This record gives sequence, C-alpha cells and structure tokens, in this order.
Amino acid sequence: MSLLEIHEPGETPLPHADEGTLAIGIDLGTTNSVVAIAREGKPAALHDETGKALVPSVVAYPAAGGVLVGEEARLLTAKEPRNVVASVKRLMGRGAADLHAVAGVMPYEIEPGTGETDMVKLRIGGKARSPVEISAEILKALRARAEAALEKPVDRAVITVPAYFDDAARTATRDAARVAGLQVLRLVNEPTAAALAYGLDKGSEGLYAVYDLGGGTFDFSLLRLEKGVFQVLATGGDTALGGDDFDRAIAERMLEERKTDGLADTVDEAAVKNALALARHMKEQLSDRDQTSGRLELDGVPSFHSLTRAEFDAMIATYIERTLAIARNVLADAGMTADEIQGVVLVGGSTRVPLARSAVAGMLGKPPLVDIDPDEVVALGAALQAEALTGGSDTLLLDVTPLSLGLETMGGLVEKIVPRNTPIPVQLAQEFTTYQDGQSAMAIHVVQGEREMVEDCRSLARFELSGIPPMTAGAARIRVTFAVDADGLLTVSAEERTTGVSQRIEVKPSYGLSHDDMADMLYDSLDNAEQDMARRLLAEARVEARRNLLALEAALARDGALLSVEERELLDAARARLEKSIAGEDREEINAAAEALEALSKPFAERRMDRGIREALAGMAVTDLASRVGD
Amino acid sequence: MDHFARLGLPAALDLDAGALDKAYFAQQRLWHPDRFVAKPPEERAKASAEAAALNDAYRTLKDPLARAVYLAGLKGVDMPADGKTIDDPELLMEAMEAREELHEASTIQAIEGLAAKSRDEMRSSLARLPSLFLASDKPAIRKALLRLRYLEKFAEEARARRTNLERKA
Repeated sequence: MSLLEIHEPGETPLPHADEGTLAIGIDLGTTNSVVAIAREGKPAALHDETGKALVPSVVAYPAAGGVLVGEEARLLTAKEPRNVVASVKRLMGRGAADLHAVAGVMPYEIEPGTGETDMVKLRIGGKARSPVEISAEILKALRARAEAALEKPVDRAVITVPAYFDDAARTATRDAARVAGLQVLRLVNEPTAAALAYGLDKGSEGLYAVYDLGGGTFDFSLLRLEKGVFQVLATGGDTALGGDDFDRAIAERMLEERKTDGLADTVDEAAVKNALALARHMKEQLSDRDQTSGRLELDGVPSFHSLTRAEFDAMIATYIERTLAIARNVLADAGMTADEIQGVVLVGGSTRVPLARSAVAGMLGKPPLVDIDPDEVVALGAALQAEALTGGSDTLLLDVTPLSLGLETMGGLVEKIVPRNTPIPVQLAQEFTTYQDGQSAMAIHVVQGEREMVEDCRSLARFELSGIPPMTAGAARIRVTFAVDADGLLTVSAEERTTGVSQRIEVKPSYGLSHDDMADMLYDSLDNAEQDMARRLLAEARVEARRNLLALEAALARDGALLSVEERELLDAARARLEKSIAGEDREEINAAAEALEALSKPFAERRMDRGIREALAGMAVTDLASRVGD
Repeated sequence: MDHFARLGLPAALDLDAGALDKAYFAQQRLWHPDRFVAKPPEERAKASAEAAALNDAYRTLKDPLARAVYLAGLKGVDMPADGKTIDDPELLMEAMEAREELHEASTIQAIEGLAAKSRDEMRSSLARLPSLFLASDKPAIRKALLRLRYLEKFAEEARARRTNLERKA
C-alpha cells in the first residue's frame, strides 16, 4: 500500500514550536483501540511485541494492585471478574438517567452520580471509578505504546469518536485524554477519519460513502473529496445494530435446535455466553467458507450444529436491509443518488461478513474498497489528521453536526436552530419574544433530536435569562445563539436585544445521549412525522388560544366596565369553553371555541377602540383637531 | 458583510455550483480552525468565527430556495420567518388539499407521484423567479417564495410518509 505525500514536493511543512514531539492518532473503540502515527503522509498502526495492533479496550484493577490494560486485563476476567471493566465507551458522558439504556449490557455495579451534572461511576476493584478515568487508563497505555515505539515523548493526539457521539460524550473523551496527559488537537468523527485514510491513498475525487458496521453500531456517511478537501455532506446511523445481532441470531438458532432435539437446557447467563462465543466463531468462519459447524456443550451435554452461508445470510438479511435503508436516507438528506457515488469504504469488523459486502456492492453498483484493514483504518486516518494539524498540510476536513439542536418554545414544541448535517463550526441565532406582559425572565431549554415535541428529544441543558425589563408581551427581542465548534461541542448564549441583558453558558449536559436513544430519535422522527404534525398543530392552537385569553383578560381588567352584565356573562361562558377545550385534545374544538369567543368579543374590542380614540382626542382644542384631521 | 460578498460572488439568483464550492473551499483553507491549532487563543477565536460565517453563507447560498429567500431579503422583500403560519389564503387552501391527498395516499407509488408533482412545481416556480426579480415585483416575489417554501415542506412530508410506509412493509 503506497500512500501519496500530503505535501507537494518543495512545500515545506510549517515549522512548529514543539518540534521533536510527535502527535499520534487514536481510535478509542468500544471493543478494541488502536494507536497510529503518520510521518510524511504515511500512516502506520503501532504494534506490540507479538505484532498485534488491536488493544482490547479492557481495563483491570487487579487485587494485587496496579492497573492492567488490553489483553492482560482481559485474561484476568475469568479470575477476578469484579476487577475488570470492558466496553466503558458505552458509559462516556452518561448520567443516572441513562442507566436503563445500559442495564443488562454492562455487567457492573453502576453508581449514579450525586449531582445532576455527574456522570455515572463504576464500582471496580472495590472503588468507584468514572468512565473518564477508566478510559484514561486505555489512553495512557496507548500513549506508552507510542512512546516505546517512537522512542520519543508523545503529548498530543487526534482522537476519533463516533459521528453520533453527543456533546457530553465528546467532552468526556477530551477529559479522559487530559487525565492521560494528552492534549487533544481535534476530535475527528470515525467515518471521516476512515475516508481520510482512503482519500490520501487514492488521491480520489468525487462522492464517497463510508459504511461502518461495528459490533453494536452502524454509521453511514457521505463525503465529497476534491483536491485535498474532505467535505462531509450527510451522516446517519443506528447504534443498536451490528455484528452482535448476527451472533445472537446464530446462538438462538442453536439453542432452538437443542430444544427440538429434546435437550432440557436451563438457559441461564452462562449458557447464553457459551452459545454466543460459539456463534461468533462460526460467523467468522463463514466469512471465507460456505459452511461451518460447531460443538456446543451446556451442562456437560454436547450438541453439534452446522450452518451454511446461505442459511446465515437468510438469518441476517433484515439487519443488512436496515443498514441499506439508513444509507438511502442519508443519500436523500444529501440530495444524492446511489449511482453518483464513486466508491464506498468499509469500516468495522462486521463488514467482513460477505452479505454486508455484496449488499453494499449491489446497492451502489460497484465493489467496496477493502484495501485497508477495517479494524485499523480509523486510527490511520486519525494519525494522518494529527500530522496535518501539527505539521501543516493542504488537507481540509469539513464535517457536520449529526443531530439537530434546538430550543423548547411555547406548548412544548421544538424550534430547531441548527439542523442536522449543518457544516461545523457554525454559529446560528434566532429571536424569541416574551409571552406575557411584564415577563422578567425566560427559561431556555436546549434539546437535541429530530422530533417536533420536546418530550421526544433529548434535554441537553437548561438556563434562565433573567432581568428582562418589564415590557408588553411580544416586545422583548431575545436572541439565542448556538455555536458548535470544530470538535462538535456546543455553546449557547442568550441576549435581550432591546436592553442588552446578556447571558452565556457552555452547554455541559448532565448526561449524554445514549447511542440507542439517538438512533431511536432519528427513526421516530421519520415514523412519527405525521403524528408529530398533528400534535404540532394542536400545540399551536393551544398557544394561540391561551394568548388570546390572556389578552382578553387584560382588556377586561382595564375596560370591563364597557360591557353589560349579560354581555359579560356570555363572554365568560365563551372563555370557559375555550379554557376547557385547551385542556382537551381536540384541535377542531379549540378552533371553534376560539372563533366563538372572538365573535363575541368583537363588539367589546370595537368599544374599547372607540373609547381609546375619544380619550386621545379629549382635551384637544377644535383647531388642533382640525389640523390633525387634515394630516 | 452579506453572504455573497463574503464568498466574493455576485449577488445573483443564478449561481454556478462549481464556483460557489471553489470560493468556499478557498476561504475555508484560510480560516478553518484546523489551520489555527497552534495559534494564540485570539487568533483561534477569530478563525472560528470566520469559518462559522463562511459555513452559514455556504449553506444558505448552496440551496436554490434558501438563496432566493436570502437575496429577496437583501432586496427588501419582507419574508415571514420560516415555520410561521401561511398567511396567503389561496396557498393555505392548496396546502390543506395537498396534505389531505398525501394522507390518503396508501401506496409508495401514489406518494412518489405526489412528491414528483411537487418537485416539478418547485422546478417551474424556481424557473419563474428570475423574471420576478428582474421586474423587482416584491409582492409577487414574496408570494412565489412562500409557495416554494410550502412545496419544499410538502416534499419533506412525502419523504417521511414514504419512509414510514417502507419501514412498515
């Protein structure tokens, strides 16, 4: 594999203050991590003494003391299960409210944080440890591997994160790096890093797709490559979809076969773990042969199972179809069609499954690019970016936001401020106004997601803009600004424009979005678009009706004397009907009640206006009046 | 600085996509935060603000409708904020009928037919814009842009409904 030079011949890299130290690229994965370094545009993964590039993302705190990372930590699992932690990436940036999402997946004692902004902690090796400090151990080990291989100190890195990582998880990743003594030059999205590794190799131009199918997550991104520019056009994914689903399908089949054979198994955790381990092995075998078989022993009773490629393909067809549906959606988001794609890059171990490869090839009409090891490609891309950021280069990486960011408005609706797939960095603002006369504060609730209603999106932060001077409803101009930086981190500020009351916050979400939540939210938005529309219309009708009621109440308080007792009674009855309809779910009834109230209050409004004019004219001399009329 | 000026492009309805990309990439090469990693904080902040403004300009000018709405704003056409209720009764009626039709469409072909129709209408409406801009007919520009906005929204709804049907199938 030969890689093109990043620098044009004759163009010297920018001199750098800390010359002599190198910046590394790190793929901090859920299952495995990889560290790589690029020199003169040539990236290479760093191997251990046995030639392995993959470091299992496992950390152990042995009873004997010290910390182990990687294969050594994994080997300790059988002996000291309570002192070993794997898959900690799933907990990065998570708070107590996310625990249900990982229940059953993470076999650890998890302690919710004490404060609202606290991340969860794991009780490992008799001590409560945060996902940040556990991840930091993995990063320290990778850093040590790099320093040993390079024989130089290393203190800067580019670290990759899933394109779908939210604000909290990104912040937690940066914090872990800091704990490990690494300065993060940039957080780069995994699919983007993969494209970077390929793009420089091929010197490619045109539209490229990255199909990233890992153990538990799927990501699909579309990028445009042009003369060293990597422009992400759109990204999408499902984080509850991956190779683990394939293992489960095979395992279930084997347990079913045993049942058919009359074996009375107690299907406990150990049985499932055994079946899954065998299933995984059989799945891997089927990557380069047409059939395989395996022996499963539960409670000392063995059984033999065979599986053909065709059978396996049939079992996983629905999962593969889901990845293609997501891919089609991303294409639609970008306004592109499959035949416009020049090539597709495969990332993640699960793309070794032949059906995944052939399905991708079939959809896009061309064979996928598989020259680079799908387990290493992300780290290689990160290493290239690390070199580009420290050495200077012509490469330009333009990424986007994965999910829409918005604010809660009246009636529990979401006003989207930064739509998904907006290029970053970005700063967008929108103006809001007060709802009631004399309102002195406004609650700002920042949410992330694609749905129309706040309750269906993820809450990121809340704050209050206070000290708004008393004004009539609708007079204040509150400008809320969302800024997303090149690392994908959000800052929100709010300002009352007529008086300059300003407040600014860095959004530090109390807990992150779970990957599953993100995928669900995206899907729900498509599934529920119609229902959302109905709910939005209902919410809007309610807001409008309440606004009218408030205005009428204020008018009655001032000018109620203009009404006869009978008129007042009729009006009060109509108000009551509208209030009752607001409490209900029937939009037609709200509109009908609002119309009835409006018709009834019209004479009152006219009388108020007449009186207003009379008052304005009262006390004027006839000559003044004449000159006014003549204006 | 308006979006066109920021990218050094003429403020026109018709914009060459290649020229827009070229101008945008050239400016991002100067201002993208990746170029300022080792610079002092003030320079980094300035670069970040410039890059954000460039992204806003690019995003707006790239989409023909967003570009037309933006240009109309520069020319003094008063457009309501996106997402506000339709204030043109004729358009409101059309929107309601179309939504009903979409709601009743139960096959992917039927939905696709409605979506194709709205796409065609968008295309022909966009094609009529230059003459309205040339004549500086502000009320007509406003009316046409509001209709285009609605057509775009309709296409999105059709897509959501289609995806929904596909997932159920």
